[in-house]
Amino acid sequence: MAEAHITPPRLTLRRITKIYPGCVANDSIDLNIEPAEIHALLGENGAGKSTLMKVIYGLVKPDQGEVLWDGMPVEIKDPAQARKLGIGMVFQHFSLFETLTVTENIALALGDDAGDLPSLAKRIREVSEKYGMALNPDREIHTLSVGERQRVEIVRCLVQPIKLLILDEPTSVLTPQEVETLFVTLRQLAKEGCAILFISHKLDEVRALCHNATILRAGKVSGECKPADESSQSIARMMVGDDTPISTDYPKVLREEPFLQVSGLNRVSDDPFGTDLHNISFSVNAGEILGIAGVAGNGQEELLGALSGEDQVENHDAIHFPHGAVGHLSPRERRAAGMAFVPEERLGRGAVPDMSLKDNALLTGFLTGLVNRGMIAHGKTREFAEKIIDRYKVKTPGTEAHAESLSGGNLQKFIIGREIMQNPKLLIAAHPTWGVDIGAATAIHKALIELRDKGAAILVVSEDIDELFQISDRIGAICHGRISPIKPTPDTTINEVGRWMAGDFDEVEIKA
Amino acid sequence: MIKLEPRGQHSKLMAWLSPVFAGILTLISGAILFALLGQDPLEALHTLLIMPVSDIYGLAELCVKAAPILLCAIGLSVVFKAKVWNIGAEGQLLMGGLIGSACALALIDAEGFWVLPLVLLAGMVGGALWAGLAAWLKTSFNANEILTTIMLNYIALNLLIWAVHGPLKDPDGYNFPESAMFSDSALIPTLIDGTRIHFGMLFALLAVVIIWVLLSRSFLGFQIKVLGLDSSAARLAGFREKRLVWIALLISGALAGLAGVGEVAGPLGQLVPSISPGYGYAAIIVAFLGRLHPVGILLATLLMALIYMGGEMAQITLGLPVALTGLFQGMLLFYLLACDVLINFRIRIPALSKSAADKLAVKEEAVN
Repeated sequence: MAEAHITPPRLTLRRITKIYPGCVANDSIDLNIEPAEIHALLGENGAGKSTLMKVIYGLVKPDQGEVLWDGMPVEIKDPAQARKLGIGMVFQHFSLFETLTVTENIALALGDDAGDLPSLAKRIREVSEKYGMALNPDREIHTLSVGERQRVEIVRCLVQPIKLLILDEPTSVLTPQEVETLFVTLRQLAKEGCAILFISHKLDEVRALCHNATILRAGKVSGECKPADESSQSIARMMVGDDTPISTDYPKVLREEPFLQVSGLNRVSDDPFGTDLHNISFSVNAGEILGIAGVAGNGQEELLGALSGEDQVENHDAIHFPHGAVGHLSPRERRAAGMAFVPEERLGRGAVPDMSLKDNALLTGFLTGLVNRGMIAHGKTREFAEKIIDRYKVKTPGTEAHAESLSGGNLQKFIIGREIMQNPKLLIAAHPTWGVDIGAATAIHKALIELRDKGAAILVVSEDIDELFQISDRIGAICHGRISPIKPTPDTTINEVGRWMAGDFDEVEIKA
Repeated sequence: MIKLEPRGQHSKLMAWLSPVFAGILTLISGAILFALLGQDPLEALHTLLIMPVSDIYGLAELCVKAAPILLCAIGLSVVFKAKVWNIGAEGQLLMGGLIGSACALALIDAEGFWVLPLVLLAGMVGGALWAGLAAWLKTSFNANEILTTIMLNYIALNLLIWAVHGPLKDPDGYNFPESAMFSDSALIPTLIDGTRIHFGMLFALLAVVIIWVLLSRSFLGFQIKVLGLDSSAARLAGFREKRLVWIALLISGALAGLAGVGEVAGPLGQLVPSISPGYGYAAIIVAFLGRLHPVGILLATLLMALIYMGGEMAQITLGLPVALTGLFQGMLLFYLLACDVLINFRIRIPALSKSAADKLAVKEEAVN
């Protein structure tokens, strides 16, 4: 690092400030990235990471502050100019056209710089081989896995001269093995002199990969460190501050009395690019948490739709509660039989954005005495909403606040609280802490464990493998619409589940 | 230059001010139009908006015009809340008038208190059936209700014209396309002697109260609102979407049908080809002008009824074409849609200093 004093940093941000109506997204932020450095940008949701990235990539114009590129002041007006400087960005949500090939997609992104397609395809092949990212330029996007799609996005940045690569939560869509492969590529890139800005909230990965880290909290830089010298706990402290509890370990249990039994569930997806379910069989016992891992798009949506009752299955017996088959029952009838459900989308499925919290409490709570002869018991509904807010510490002005005005974490606490307060015998939760800050995630985990200890069967479907190992009593994975073996959590390893997530398992025997 | 800037959240204040702005802009445009036509703008506006209601008779006529609009609009507020775009209140109104008339004519020799309720019920069933057709097409074949209800409007109008020229024509009517006058038992009694105001206005007010309770207090109304705001949340909660679409359309159709039968059994007393000067279409404007809220709809209805009367008055006293009514309705809707942009956006004039604009924003947020 001695040479850093001689050559100027690749990128310097000085006192970057961006104010949105009602919130200071970035408050006087300083950041230095050297050539060949892998720099982590850490922070909870809403800490200002996304805004800062967008400033660097020319998507957002800062209100104050300056940007220095190789020591020279620049004003990055738009992404095209950023690309010209040598800045590439891989977004968390890919913007690829499903029905076009890899080459065509990259050509569209590059615009006039793409050149003719055959020579671009050649360049793509060269780059992908050089960095160990196998990729066939002629394949159409819809045939690719999520990990391969991410390679398309990365290769798109690398076919042009690149000096700074920004990656936004790149590992959230990958299996642990794919993460390792990605890290090899990134280390090789850095060795060649490319600076990398790595945005993440997975602290173990940051410690394994990054040279330096800048930590943001509430729009300000709250700390800088060398991740390798710190513990995950100490970095988490810098992210959340002193007064928020950080997650703990929960004792595991083993139970034997099944509540939800899925056997031989087959379903053809309604979505042409969806995943069909093949012979899914598993059971969730009363008093335990079953975790199902998997990379997005491997049939989770289809499985959850069949379990919630939004999509009914032909073979009624494929989904079974203790009192009988439920495959043909509507969501409402399944709720009446003791099921509660936390969907992946908070706004627009779990809660109505444009309705008050009180109305949103009624949305699924209507079976618990809030409706009397067809009329809404407004007093009781308000009380119910107040209890949820109070018990699960939802930060909101009151029960009349609209769901859309709440932050992701607060709304998720409200939705999970709403489901748990109905005393379900079975709770199905999809990605319960996705995009939620650490404080809220800890509160949500605690609530799930409490419900488990009261004897409820809980199914958690999540892409976050660390979370599943933390709270699940038994764990399995879903890949290409097939389910892996399911093992008690202490008897398996992250590596084994990672292999399951990649489809490396023999299919489970189906009971007759 | 003026710039539009997203507010970040809806402005409740603007949601209610927007109809007021639309009204003011319509008045200003109307005044300019009158001036161009060579009329004194103030006098013309006076003729249009004040003269019609300057005596008891005028006020009573206002209520006569308001009743069918109010019934249609309050029914539309239910379907529109469910985001089911029923454009067919006009056709449902006509079918209500037609079936109600058929019932009244079949019972022309009958006497008794039961005749009128039966006639009214027949009208409501007629309107509900017509809306039910659209519900069936939507829920079974996923046919867009905007198209089906518009087409059903024309079918209803032609059915009505066929009926008054054919089976329902008065045999003693010198071949005029009119039915016979209904018997007294089938007529809605008037409220005040010497005017045409009848019990239909009370039905309309009662409907407003019932729909208000339905939408704000009942679980059915709640489900309808959830369906409109967020259909995937409704599905996850287990609300039955198709059933709700049926219910909303049937309510809306029945109320429009009641409006139709209220016309033939009320001020008209017989079936004629022109039972509605477009009340069903005007009700769409009224429903949005009133923000789909019962009180708002009541106020918007009175304004719309006034424009109908003003158009007739302007034709009589100023010699202006009666198309004026449609023109004013159109301007009102046009300006309303334009002003509604302000609910989600604020106007910003960059020339204005930034701090002043920020202060304005803070003030607006405080109001919200």
